Order: sequence, then C-alpha cells, then structure tokens
Amino acid sequence: MQRTRLSSAARRTLTWVLALAIAAPLLWALLASFKSELEAIASPPSFLVFDWTLENYRSVLANGDYLHSLRNSLIIAGGSSLLVMALAVPAAWAMAFAPTRHTRGILLWMLSTKMLPAVGVLIPIFLFYRDWGLLDTQLGVILLLTAGNLPIAVWMLYANFNEVPGEILEAARMDGASIVQEVLRVLAPMALPGLASSFFLIFTLAWNESFWSLNLTTTDAAPLTAFVAAFSNPEGLFWAKLSAASMLSIAPVLVIGWLCQRQLVRGLTFGAVK
Amino acid sequence: MSTSTISTGNGRTYLRLQARILMAPAILLLVVCAILPLLPTIYYSLIDYRLLASTSHDFVGATNYARLITDPGFLPAIGNTLLLNGLVLTISVLVGLGMAMLIDRVIVGRGLLRLLVIAPFFVMPPVAALIWKNLLMQPVAGLFAWVSSVFGAGAVDWFSALPLVSISLIVAWQWVPFACLVLLTSLQSFDREQREAAELDGASSWAIFRYLTLPHLARPIAIVVMIETIFLLSLFAEIYVTTGGGRTTNNLAFLIYSQVMLQYDIGVASAAGVVAVIFANILALVMVRLVGRSLEA
Amino acid sequence: MSAIVLEGVSKRFADHAASDQIDLVIPDGKFTVLVGPSGCGKTTLLRLIAGLEDVDEGRLLIDGVDMAHTAPVARGLAMVFQSYALYPHMSVRGNLGFALMVKGTPKAEIAQRVERVAKMLDLDKLLDRKPAALSGGQRQRVAIGRALVREPKAFLFDEPLSNLDASLRTQMRFEIRRLQQELGITAVYVTHDQGEAMTMADNIVVLRAGRIEQVGAPLEVYRRPVNRFVAGFIGSPQMNFLNGRHAERYGAATIGIRPEHLAVAAGGALPCVVRTIEHLGSEALIHAELGGGGKLIARVSENLQVAVGQDIAFNADPECVHRFGADGNVIP
Repeated sequence: MQRTRLSSAARRTLTWVLALAIAAPLLWALLASFKSELEAIASPPSFLVFDWTLENYRSVLANGDYLHSLRNSLIIAGGSSLLVMALAVPAAWAMAFAPTRHTRGILLWMLSTKMLPAVGVLIPIFLFYRDWGLLDTQLGVILLLTAGNLPIAVWMLYANFNEVPGEILEAARMDGASIVQEVLRVLAPMALPGLASSFFLIFTLAWNESFWSLNLTTTDAAPLTAFVAAFSNPEGLFWAKLSAASMLSIAPVLVIGWLCQRQLVRGLTFGAVK
Repeated sequence: MSTSTISTGNGRTYLRLQARILMAPAILLLVVCAILPLLPTIYYSLIDYRLLASTSHDFVGATNYARLITDPGFLPAIGNTLLLNGLVLTISVLVGLGMAMLIDRVIVGRGLLRLLVIAPFFVMPPVAALIWKNLLMQPVAGLFAWVSSVFGAGAVDWFSALPLVSISLIVAWQWVPFACLVLLTSLQSFDREQREAAELDGASSWAIFRYLTLPHLARPIAIVVMIETIFLLSLFAEIYVTTGGGRTTNNLAFLIYSQVMLQYDIGVASAAGVVAVIFANILALVMVRLVGRSLEA
Repeated sequence: MSAIVLEGVSKRFADHAASDQIDLVIPDGKFTVLVGPSGCGKTTLLRLIAGLEDVDEGRLLIDGVDMAHTAPVARGLAMVFQSYALYPHMSVRGNLGFALMVKGTPKAEIAQRVERVAKMLDLDKLLDRKPAALSGGQRQRVAIGRALVREPKAFLFDEPLSNLDASLRTQMRFEIRRLQQELGITAVYVTHDQGEAMTMADNIVVLRAGRIEQVGAPLEVYRRPVNRFVAGFIGSPQMNFLNGRHAERYGAATIGIRPEHLAVAAGGALPCVVRTIEHLGSEALIHAELGGGGKLIARVSENLQVAVGQDIAFNADPECVHRFGADGNVIP
C-alpha cells in the first residue's frame, strides 16, 4: 500500500517510534531492574542517568523461593515439551506418510480440543487431582500442559513433514534405503529445523502458561508464573526487585521466541498462514 | 495419490495398522485430558454439589443453571467477557494491522523492528500484568502518570476508575505481536504485481487498501480473531494478579474460579463451565462470520 | 542389460484405471519412450516398473523373473525424477554415493565409482557443492549421475527435462541419448512432448487413458499411425483432419493429411482462403480456411508469394492420405 502523503522518512520514524512504544513496557522494566528501589519509584522517573546496580538481580538469584520456582518451571516446561514431542512426532509422522481417509478428520478433531476453554474442565480435573494427590505436583501440571500443547505440535510437525518432497524419499527408496535408513539419513536431517523450532515453541508456551500452573499448584510445584503472581500486592519497595525477577523469568523465552517467530505464526494459525 | 508414503513393499494394510499405533498415544492423551473431563462437568452441573454443605449429591436438574443465571454476578461476567473480548480484539487487530503495514515497507532494520514488536507475546501473563499495573499505570509513580504530567494532564487511576479497560490494555498489548506477525506474513505474500497494476490503473492508495489489501487480509484477520477469542475466554492470570476478580472485572473464567475456590459450589460452577464451552463455540463462530462478511463487502 | 516385459499389468486408483491391461516389451539396450497426453498413465506405468506403486494385476518380468511384488531396490532399476529429488543436505559426492553407502560398499570403491561418473558427466569440479548451489542443468546431471553410479539394469526417466529452459532442453536430450547409446543401457523415458519422443526414441509407446495405442519406431508411428488419436498426437504441426465429402471421396469417415503433404495447386481439390501465415525462415506455415468449413495447415516454401485473405487451393498427395473409419481406426 502506498502512502503518498507521508514521506518515507516520516513513515520510517513513525514505524520506529511505534515499535519502541510497543516494547516500552519491557524496556522500562528492564531499566527499573537496574535501579535501586528508591530510584524505581522516584518521580519524575530517571531514564538512563542513575546509579546502575546489579543488587536486584543478586538478591533475586539468592532468593530460595525464586530458585525453587525456576527449577519447577524448567522441569514442568521441559518435561511437558519432551512428552509432547514424544507423542506428536509419531502421530504427525503417521499422518504425513501413511495417511488414511480419517487423517484429516483426526487432525481437525485434535485442533478442536484446543478450542475448548480450559475453564470448562477445571472442576473435574481439580477434584480428580485433589482426590488422587496430584494437586501441587509437577506431574499433574505436566500432564495438562502436554494435552494443551499437543494439538499445536502435531499440526506443526505434520506441516513440516509434508513439506519434505515425497520424491526425495522415493529417490532414497530407489537407492535402496531401508525404512530406518530413509528416516535417519534423509528425512531427519531435512526435518530437523522444523523439529527444533516446534520444540522451542512448545517450550515457550509451556513456560508462559498461567491457567493450570496457577490453579493447580500452591508451593511445591509452583513455577515462575506462580512466583511472580504472588507479588500481586507489592509495596513500592519491591518494584526494582520485581523488575529484576520479571526479566529473569522472561529473558530465555524471549530469545527463543525471536529465533522461532516464523514457526510461531505457523503453529498458532495452524498452518493457515504461510 | 500420495507421493510421500513410505512403502513397506508388501501392501497397505500393514501400513494402516502402523499408522494407528503411532497415533494412538496422542489421541488417547487428548481424549483423557480434554474430552473425558467434560462428562463430569455436565454431570456436576445437574446435581447439588457443594463442598461445604454436606449434601447428598441429588439430581437437581436445571436448578444450578437457574441459580447461575439469576446470580447477580452472572450477567456482568458475561458482559465483561464480551467487552474484554471486543476491546482486546479491536485494539490488537488495529494496532497489529497498522504495525504490519508500516513494517512491510521498511527494509533496513526489519529484524530489530520485529524483535521489538514481538517481545510482548513472550512475556508471562503475570509478569505483564504486574509491570503494567505497578510500573506503568500506578497513579503516583508510574510511567503513564509522568507522561501525562508532562502534557499537563492529571494522572489516570487506571485500576480504580477503569479496571476492565486496564486489563484489556494489558491483554491487548500481549496479543499485538501475534496479530502483527500474522498480518505481516500475509502482507508479504501479497502479490506486488497486483498492487502495481492497480496503481497503473490510477487507483488511489485508499482504494488499493480497501479493494485489494483488505480482502487479501480478510482470512488472516478472521484467523487472528478466532484464535484470540478462543484464548481470551480462558483469560485468568491478568485478572487474578491485578484486581483479584470482583463484579467489574470478572469474566466467565474467573467467575467459575471464584465459585469453586471461594464459594465451593461445584454444581453452579460446573453449570458455568458448560455455559462457557457453549459460549466459546458460539462466540468463535459469530466472530468469524462477522469479520469475514464485513471484510468481503 | 535386460529386457523388461509387462503382461496384463493393471493399476486402479479410486475412480479410474490408470493402467489397463498393459502388455509391453521393453527391448534390451534400447531407448523406449512412453508418450501421451496428461493423465494417460505414462508416469504411473513408469512408477509401476520402478516399484513405487503396487501392481494390481499382471506380471512384471525383469530378466525373466516376475518382480511385480518386489521392493524397488531388489529390481535393480534406477530412476531420474522430474524434480531431480536430490538430497539437499548432502553434497554432490554424497548424493552420488548414497546408494552405494546404503548397501555397505567399501569406501574406496564408492570414491572410485563416484569419481568416474562425475568425470563422465562433467561434475568433477562440483563434487563438494550442495544441490542448492547448483544450476538446473547441473542438478539434472547429478540426478543422472546418481542413477549411473548404481550400474542398474535399466534407467527410468520421469520427464526429466520439463524443468529446464528450451535451449538447455535440446542440449540435454542429445546428452542423455548419447550417454545411453555409449553405455548401451536399457532406458524407459516418459514425456508428454511428442517432439522429444520422436527425436530420442528407438521405440515409441503412445498411451491414452491407461491403454497402449501404438508401439513402434518413431518413423513407423509417424508414417503409419494405427488410429486417429495417434495420427493427431504425433507430428507438429498437427495432421489435418477432414470429414464429410472430402473424406467420402476416399471412402472413409475421416481423412488425415500431414501439412507437408499438401501441395499448392491452382484449381486444386481443396480451395481455401489464407487466414494467417507463420514465417519460420526455413519454411512457412499457412493457416487456411477451407471453403465449406474446416481448417488446414500447410507447409510451403518461403519463396511462395501469398498474402492474408488471398484465395489458394491445395492438392493432397494421394499416397499420403490416411483414411480412418468411424471407429477412429485406420483403414489400410
């Protein structure tokens, strides 16, 4: 679309200003994390000129609760992501390479489970978990996160596998490769980027998930989402530390997310937008 | 005919069996975690089940639903859900569309631009909510207060005066990246030659936007609307962390949560759950229809 | 090298027969071309021979042994795909050597055979490149090389030249043909381009709707087509067909005359009006409208002075008029 009214320089400026405005909350929190608590609530606020300090980071990292939640986040996100891949890869494989009449139907059904608001099944799951001792356990959360992310993973992997040109696999067959050799030497190297980014996307979604992780945990299995949520009534004195804790909680996933942005679009729109 | 089948060399029936075995675990997990729990929810919604009162779980039919609908918090919750949905969708799609169109024209530094715009999506909802509530919207020391003082205006006490709007802003902020990315991707697949042909035909930039660009974007916008709607119905963390619920900011999900956790009325909460599921489906359908039709007009 | 024989081979897909009772002998050491319009089943037939599709009925004999239900690799055939199907993550060397590596051939032998084939196809300087860094023509040669390295019983080509530009295509036709003749390997080649079939084949198989219409040497199929379909499919520009009284004069439902067999003659049996003239430099093609309806294309010398809209008349060389009955088959 051509905007002949705005000169291109003006447009460029507008673009950057808006982009910075969108990222501003994060940038602001980033700055705050390096300030002392007094500086953080100072008004008028200081932007770049202040006493930069790492004290907040140090104190957060020394906080036992934080480390405990970090560990939980890693185990929950990592564990559910691995489980998702373990279930999704064979399923996507079967759908891509041995399709039946039902394949499309099953794929759509899987997606429809994602459209179920989690709140609709909160009660039975909560009660079930309570009765079976799964409340406040890592395993409990892992199971639900796995179910939640499975449709996305299956769809993304299916789209990935489909993009492997069939003729290349046939060429491998003509060259005499057995199924195992075909998979390991031809399919896997070609699908590897897709597999990796699918894993990272799922990991990110699991890391940030805050419905089940808030409702099904209290102390033992509380991941970072719960840890941060517990700050919901801070006094001003905690802002700098809150910022530092926030930064620490989101940094890894931010990096991963930037690396996988294309996969993100594909995965969340279920391949509809290329 | 599929050219990407792996042939075992001896017939297709063996292959079909293999396929079933490979898909089974995934399907099983989904059925157990996503579908099965629906049954108890429906069942609980039809019986008298309160955790505090030690009632025998009598079948009460539609009583829970009646109690739900007449609960003074119910209609506000539905209203809030719709309002929240509407606000977040409008803001995120409009801003996302604008950013997408701007970024589409930029060549230098596009990577960094995308990083800036994408960032909000990867922030944990509780973190996002707290940053906005405390660092930005806080009427005394927040950034917004300072900005409005620079312009000579008074500070807005966001969460006291406009709690639902505040929450909508926070959530919309998190979804702008998604809308922007989807639309940007779609824009980049937009055939330049079509645009050039229209320009040669003398079409104004507005006409090009309205008759070429927008219809091309109709489908991705519909997808964004649908997906956001689905995720928004379970919106939880932001409300939990900022206002803790309450009449003005309860959405359906939070209503259920408070019924269960605070009032221990499983029966009514389950009824609300059933309503939520039905509501979700209707809403998603309506949204897609609406957007689709208005964009193609 | 070996002969491939198909007996009663049939293959059905959901709603139609892609191959219908095919009986065919692919002669040893010769270049056989399967040609026909899209959907005629030529690629299916090739894939049945290769083993990438399962035969529903019939026997497929390679060197006298029925391989209809054997896995592709056991058949000893090599295929060059339309899209080349090179392994994108392997170098040219890796692509060429893949089949040997999979079999467990010792590394020294693999290296030796790969070098030899690379030299033969002018790929020796490109051995360490990946397919993405190669041009279309180079990739094609790698695809051929990959098949060559295996020293197969026969080569199968699935429209390998359709992705190349015109000049490269003509060059590669020549290269492939030369290679096949030098090595004396049996080749089965699928194309939809009848010109390609004519210039490359020892043996043409014309297919339509899953059935063989005619088998024979190119010139044989050109001069003596057995039915209207083959007559119209082979030869460019297409044979002229006339019905009605022109055909009745020859005692047929339809007659066919090739453009080169029409001679300009004042007062000729076929009076026309010139509509378009195509100047090819070496000759001219006149598109004319026959009085009473119908169109003719005639090959004439560039020296002929004609203008559009002019009246012109042709005579057909009586020896070269093909007569077809109502069923489309030729009347001898």
